[in-house]
Amino acid sequence: MYTNTSRLHRFAMSAAILLNMSVVAVAQQFKANSIVIEQPWIRATPGGAKVAGAYMTITNTGSEPDRLIGGVLPQAGRFEIHQMKMDGNVMQMGEVQGGLEIKPGQKIEFNPNGYHVMLMDLREPFKQGDILKGQLRFEKAGAVDIEYRVEGVGAQGPQQHSH
Amino acid sequence: MRKIGQNAVRIGAALVALILVSATLLGWVYLRDDGGVTKVAEIGGPFALVDHHGKSVTDRDYLGKPTLVFFGFTNCPNVCPSTLLEITNQLEELGPDADRLNVLFITVDPERDTPQQLALYLSSFDPRITGLSGAPENVFAAMNAYHIYAKKVPLNDGGYTMDHTATIAVMNGKGQYVDAMHYQAPTATTRAKLHRLLGLGNS
Repeated sequence: MYTNTSRLHRFAMSAAILLNMSVVAVAQQFKANSIVIEQPWIRATPGGAKVAGAYMTITNTGSEPDRLIGGVLPQAGRFEIHQMKMDGNVMQMGEVQGGLEIKPGQKIEFNPNGYHVMLMDLREPFKQGDILKGQLRFEKAGAVDIEYRVEGVGAQGPQQHSH
Repeated sequence: MRKIGQNAVRIGAALVALILVSATLLGWVYLRDDGGVTKVAEIGGPFALVDHHGKSVTDRDYLGKPTLVFFGFTNCPNVCPSTLLEITNQLEELGPDADRLNVLFITVDPERDTPQQLALYLSSFDPRITGLSGAPENVFAAMNAYHIYAKKVPLNDGGYTMDHTATIAVMNGKGQYVDAMHYQAPTATTRAKLHRLLGLGNS
């Protein structure tokens, strides 16, 4: 009896883990054409903030270059592709002109200290744990629906939620 | 006699010239050294701004305690919230010891960062962080005093973002510059600097 329960318990646990992992994998990867978008996330906003950064990893698995040209997030009035750089002690911000090319085989990681989506004119605050639906637009792959997970105010990367 | 006199005049003139040259050289070196020293000491200085409660303040209000001075703006997606969160975590870790410290977040964007906007923004961070704004000329004067570079970067669809110095100036209780904390410095380095500043033992 004891062994049976324990076996059943173990089975249930493994099933739950597998299920959980597959859900996470589905939720964190989005594909269109040869473009793969992984782990989109947004930083939670401090009070009164009208801007937020959105980040993800974009891979071009095809043999043709593609280009991220924009996107939509209903909660933001503006969606722009920016790049942050440090020049000595000075933080520099700038718009990426003409969209961002992703070469065949290239993987571009968006993060707070590099390329990022600058969400502006926010209509509501973003709270840690929120899931936000949005869209990225590519020259060839077209519009891709994605889901962002909102991480902490000072998060430097997406949390691993497969536990 | 005349010959000796002429020689004496020549030697005298040469001596005077030598003294003048040496004095000039010494003076130049002295000024140069002094200039260098003054330059470091120059970081910081008087300012007259408005805090996030709407109260007029000057640099003198923050004397008597060491002060961290960080410049940023609230339309900043990364460096400013990251730095304020790092400071918040450090202050929480210090606990009551952090009451012996002033932390100032001075906007480089007084047009958009009113005291009310700073109050909203800072409500997400440690309440011991004070936000300062004010008339643009007063904010620029504070930026100059702290050697802060900031520049508006226009965006294609209108509006602007800003480049700015991301370093925190560490001032002692007399308002003298003592150290800098750099963006993305390891947490342990910042912790050690704060402990030194507050005269706490090594952690």
